[in-house]
Amino acid sequence: MRLIFLLGALAVCLVRTELAVAQGNISSTAFNPALSLILDGKFTSYSGAPPELTGVLQGGENGAAPEGFSLSDTEVVASANIDDKFYGFVNIGFELDENETEVELEEAWLQTLSLPGGFGVKAGRFFSDIGYLNIRHPHAWDFANAPLAYAAFLGTSYADTGVQVRWIAPLDVFLEVGGEIMSGDSFPAGGRADSGTGAHTLFARLGGDAGVSNSWRVGVSFLTAESIGRESMLGTAPVGFDGDTDVTMFDFVWKWARNGNLRDRNLTVIGEYLRRDEKGALTLLSQPPLTVAYDDNQSGFYLYGTYQFRPQWRAGVRFDRLSLSTGLSSLPGVVVGSNDPERWSLMLDWSNSEFSRLRLQIDSTDLSGRSSTGLVLQYVMSIGAHGAHTF
Amino acid sequence: MNRITSYRVCFLLLTLSAAPAWAQLRIFTCEPEWAALATELGGDRVEAESAVTGFQDVHYIQARPSLIAKVRRADLMICTGADLEIGWLPLLLRQANNAAIQPGEPGFMVATDFVDLLEQPQVVDRALGDIHPFGNPHIQTDPHNIARVAAALSERLQTLDAAQADYYAARYADFSVHWEDAVQRWSTRAESLRGQAIVTHHKSWVYMIDWLGLNEVATLEPKPGVPPSTSHLAGMLEQLRNEDVRLIVRSAYQNSRGSHWLSDRTGIPAAVLPHTVGSVDGADDLFGMFDVMIDVLLEPGE
Repeated sequence: MRLIFLLGALAVCLVRTELAVAQGNISSTAFNPALSLILDGKFTSYSGAPPELTGVLQGGENGAAPEGFSLSDTEVVASANIDDKFYGFVNIGFELDENETEVELEEAWLQTLSLPGGFGVKAGRFFSDIGYLNIRHPHAWDFANAPLAYAAFLGTSYADTGVQVRWIAPLDVFLEVGGEIMSGDSFPAGGRADSGTGAHTLFARLGGDAGVSNSWRVGVSFLTAESIGRESMLGTAPVGFDGDTDVTMFDFVWKWARNGNLRDRNLTVIGEYLRRDEKGALTLLSQPPLTVAYDDNQSGFYLYGTYQFRPQWRAGVRFDRLSLSTGLSSLPGVVVGSNDPERWSLMLDWSNSEFSRLRLQIDSTDLSGRSSTGLVLQYVMSIGAHGAHTF
Repeated sequence: MNRITSYRVCFLLLTLSAAPAWAQLRIFTCEPEWAALATELGGDRVEAESAVTGFQDVHYIQARPSLIAKVRRADLMICTGADLEIGWLPLLLRQANNAAIQPGEPGFMVATDFVDLLEQPQVVDRALGDIHPFGNPHIQTDPHNIARVAAALSERLQTLDAAQADYYAARYADFSVHWEDAVQRWSTRAESLRGQAIVTHHKSWVYMIDWLGLNEVATLEPKPGVPPSTSHLAGMLEQLRNEDVRLIVRSAYQNSRGSHWLSDRTGIPAAVLPHTVGSVDGADDLFGMFDVMIDVLLEPGE
């Protein structure tokens, strides 16, 4: 019922926007929120069972897409300047789970527009600005699935409720420094520790152009999270965790286009390294429950390149690798594979316009000694407001 | 005073005497034509830089780090508007944490606010291509539009940098006289072009076409923003057999294959026209841009 109401209200808003535009009576500072809808669907096929990571504490949304036809989040996005001092953004995701529609508030935040001195503040629920990929929604990824390191260590992406401060240095080179205090409610945090301020981040980035054809950015980020009774999965076994989680991330982006003209041909190379240290107590929710001390670290990286060889076509290749320690293998009933997981992905996509994209991806995955090949056909469509050309 | 300190004092004095007595206004523009105009009107009192070059497609710019750094330090931002930069300008404005250049502030100026837009669509439907709902934003190819924006920009400079207002007013008066003369000259030279047919790559020349009374008979893009397809070009070949077309026009950043394919089969010359400053040889400033534009239109041939 509520869903029908929401969609009805949205339809009215879209029609109103359309009318206002047709009458030519809104200016570039439109009062209407920019509205958009994201459609994201997949067909997935695996040789053998869908690959599941073992030997690492996981949380959030990390599962591989189910076989056959599936819908990823269908997102409704509304954003606008609230007034001359604030900008607001809301992203609501609809997910189908066994024919029940689940509604998830993915983001709901405000941002300041007029603080002095190069400062900006964001408050609400948002995707943390750590790393390169974390802030991007799945429909904006260059591949159909998350890098293994993000799936394993961040539950695909770290989003939480809190406040962010960002500062940009008044320099010719791009230098950005920022930090966040979050509630600590979301994986890899959990349990709203420290009176609901259980997770902190720090990040710094440097970037610029090298000539007219090359652009680059490098970054380093830290996430420190305290957990109280965090629920995690170890393979298929639920595990409780109490303690501290530190994630350290290094990322770089390099983009090339002749004369900086992205239209015809361009090349993008992106890589990130993540390391997660966890120290505390694990509780195996077996019968009877068993609590053991736990102190371990794991790391992983991904590296990918995409090449747009014609205006509507891109090809890409990605390599993923994790180094999972064997610290968990001493636990009773826990199976940890011997290999460090690896994956190669090949991607080809075609965009009829900036608003529609069709993608073919082939993954060759070697998880804990079990190899599998996955094939993904994906569409990503956006209706409404023009998307942002992020770097 | 030891020797190093005395060097330092000496260096400091030299730096101070070499720097201008006024603080330069930092102007960051989306397109090169507005940076060129700001330099015409602001002289050495301003330092103007453009996000886009003459070789880049303004629709396909990313909010890359170097641009964020420049917007962060700008005193004035000038963009075409009308959704031309919709993919990246809003993002730059939000990411750069600069209160002075937010919409509504004196430090933010939209050129299309001062120009009547052509081709305002009755229906906004993306099935018709990448249509700008406010009208065609490629206003800079008509020199009368440059004059309109110049008047507004000079006022803006005088507001933002009141101490130099007389200087800006004098420069504007000077520019206006020269520009009016030049527009007269270009219009007279192009008189013979009135009514002549041209083919364009993208719908980015409508203001030039309107000014010179040209006749746009076809575009290489089947729909705005959609790259030329073989079937569309083949269809054009049929259409153009019976037309007397002067020129196939494209911008420096556009792929030449479509133009050349059609030119080879029809004998119609294909040429790059300067769509902005710095996009072709000789178009080093706004005067040069229109000089070259009229030159090429009168004597096509690559």
